[in-house]
Amino acid sequence: MKDLPILSVRGLRKSFPIGRGWAGQAGALEALAGVDLDLHPGEVLGVVGESGSGKTTLGRCVLRLIQPSGGDVTLDGIDFLALRGRRLRRGRRRLGVVFQDPYTSLNPRMQIGQIVAEPLRASRQATAGTVSEKVVQLLERVGIEPRFITRYPHEMSGGQRQRVAIARALATDPDILVADEPVSALDVSVQAQVLNLLLDLKREGGLAMLFISHDLAVVERIADRIAVMYAGRIVESAPTDRLISHPLHPYTQALLSAVPSVDPALRRERVRLRVDLGHPGHRVDGCPLAGRCPVVQDVCRSEVPPLEEVRSAHRVACHLAKDQLD
Amino acid sequence: MLLSVSGLRTRFEVDEGELWPVNGVSFAVAAGETLGLVGESGSGKSMVALSIMDLVPSPGRVVAGEVAFEGLDLLSLGGAAKRRMRGGGIGMVFQDPAVSLNPVYRIGDQIADVVRLHRGLGKAEAWRETVHLLGDLGIQEPEKRARAYPFELSGGMRQRAQIAVAVAGRPKLLIADEPTTALDATVQAEICDLLKYIQGEFGMSILLISHDLAMVTDVADRIMVMYAGRIVEIGHWTAISREPRHPYTKGLMGAIPHLGAGSGRPLESIPGSVPDLADLPAGCSFHPRCPEAGDDCQAALPRLEDVGDRLCACYRVGGSK
Repeated sequence: MKDLPILSVRGLRKSFPIGRGWAGQAGALEALAGVDLDLHPGEVLGVVGESGSGKTTLGRCVLRLIQPSGGDVTLDGIDFLALRGRRLRRGRRRLGVVFQDPYTSLNPRMQIGQIVAEPLRASRQATAGTVSEKVVQLLERVGIEPRFITRYPHEMSGGQRQRVAIARALATDPDILVADEPVSALDVSVQAQVLNLLLDLKREGGLAMLFISHDLAVVERIADRIAVMYAGRIVESAPTDRLISHPLHPYTQALLSAVPSVDPALRRERVRLRVDLGHPGHRVDGCPLAGRCPVVQDVCRSEVPPLEEVRSAHRVACHLAKDQLD
Repeated sequence: MLLSVSGLRTRFEVDEGELWPVNGVSFAVAAGETLGLVGESGSGKSMVALSIMDLVPSPGRVVAGEVAFEGLDLLSLGGAAKRRMRGGGIGMVFQDPAVSLNPVYRIGDQIADVVRLHRGLGKAEAWRETVHLLGDLGIQEPEKRARAYPFELSGGMRQRAQIAVAVAGRPKLLIADEPTTALDATVQAEICDLLKYIQGEFGMSILLISHDLAMVTDVADRIMVMYAGRIVEIGHWTAISREPRHPYTKGLMGAIPHLGAGSGRPLESIPGSVPDLADLPAGCSFHPRCPEAGDDCQAALPRLEDVGDRLCACYRVGGSK
């Protein structure tokens, strides 16, 4: 991919105050400790991590739903973090968002048609006359029949609701879809339907996605590239097939080997992490995984390994990764 | 058989009418065996566990069937015998340890209580046993952890503590309802290992309930699949995972993304969604979503029958009315 990235994130930081409240800050939890990533037009980047890794905070900072503490977010060459007022609203139209839980992300007092029409009206992307026509088009694109337009969210199943949420996200014709655990709240059979819908959208082309999930097997299906997060940092990123077949970071290896499989032939040798006795989020010198890493060395406890390219498009933040390549 | 359940039916009377989350369920768990129970939300899998323990919440009620545990009829037990059975005969682990552990008691005290109640040990002895058990279940620095409150532990350690509470009375059967669902992938794998260890080391039988077919396949000896209140297929885990035969099991298997399958490949999804228990289709509950359904499937319910290497409830797999 030689074209310029549509979204470019550099050194993104976000810390949340923790502790005493009115008695003064006791400290800060570093949810994002300097994240760099590029998303190219039409590309799907999977962001994988466990709870507390910062993956959701990353999505929210990119959307400017929360303000990052530092770093840059560049949207198609524009400094997105500097935008205010009308220009911010215009910038946001280029980003669509789908959240995990379709039971709480749709307004229960609005009909399906109204939910999908709202961003169209707010962004003045459709005139009063063309709104309903566009709503029908959007719903058809996600596989919802037009007769559902007057229904309320509670009258629909979880899978249908998530389709509506996707239609709403597509209403402003965004360049980027930020999907945060979009299939995690759904039953397995329905999860497959929604994932296939997102695959169809990907195949239609043009739409880039930041696909955030804890589930590597789900991410593998849809992502062109995967970034693995741990403790607020990207520890490894590579093209999907490469990352799944040749993971270099011990954390990625542990994560991959922990995924259960119905097919015993596909089971991997388990890479076990040690039990972490400290609290996540507390600042540590050195590699954030050092306390749990099965192959930890002295250098890991004193120096943070930088995210470095060890092969074409394969970046790893591990002092020992280069040794594994030989 | 350690536990045998036959013709179990549990009814809820609500405004919409009668719901049957457990609608004629029969199965048995052998001593030392792990039986996996798989189903999607609303399939009734958790209600099977609660029915066995006689913990069905109001307005639900077990209205038919038998639950025999070591020959004892659990559904007709009186108060004291029932309390002895819960924890002493059958231990139970729930999904979220943050909810099921008592937040204001130390972990060790919650475990020691069970040890004293079901094994009749004295206070000091029960505490020693508690620390020993925590260490045995893979908790580092067990003496220190025993003095911790639940909020001081990580999610994975809390789940270990909850499992310790459940097995402290040395029950013969452990019922684990979605024990890994609230946990991260790496921790989930550790809890699966722990369940296998408990089964092997303590010789305990386990009824493992989950929506996650892959996880259950990893742990269970036999697997049963439930849909809309009924069991549709039971068999050895190798038979179910290598060659699922009920169309629902097949669909479920196709819908699971397998790691290593490659990028961009669509999943085989099951059309539609899990039916509303208040509005079940006639005949086989799965027929509106089934790619193999015929007229016979709408006419009458197929029975769960022996089809060689497993039990299956489907006319296409040799079932009858």
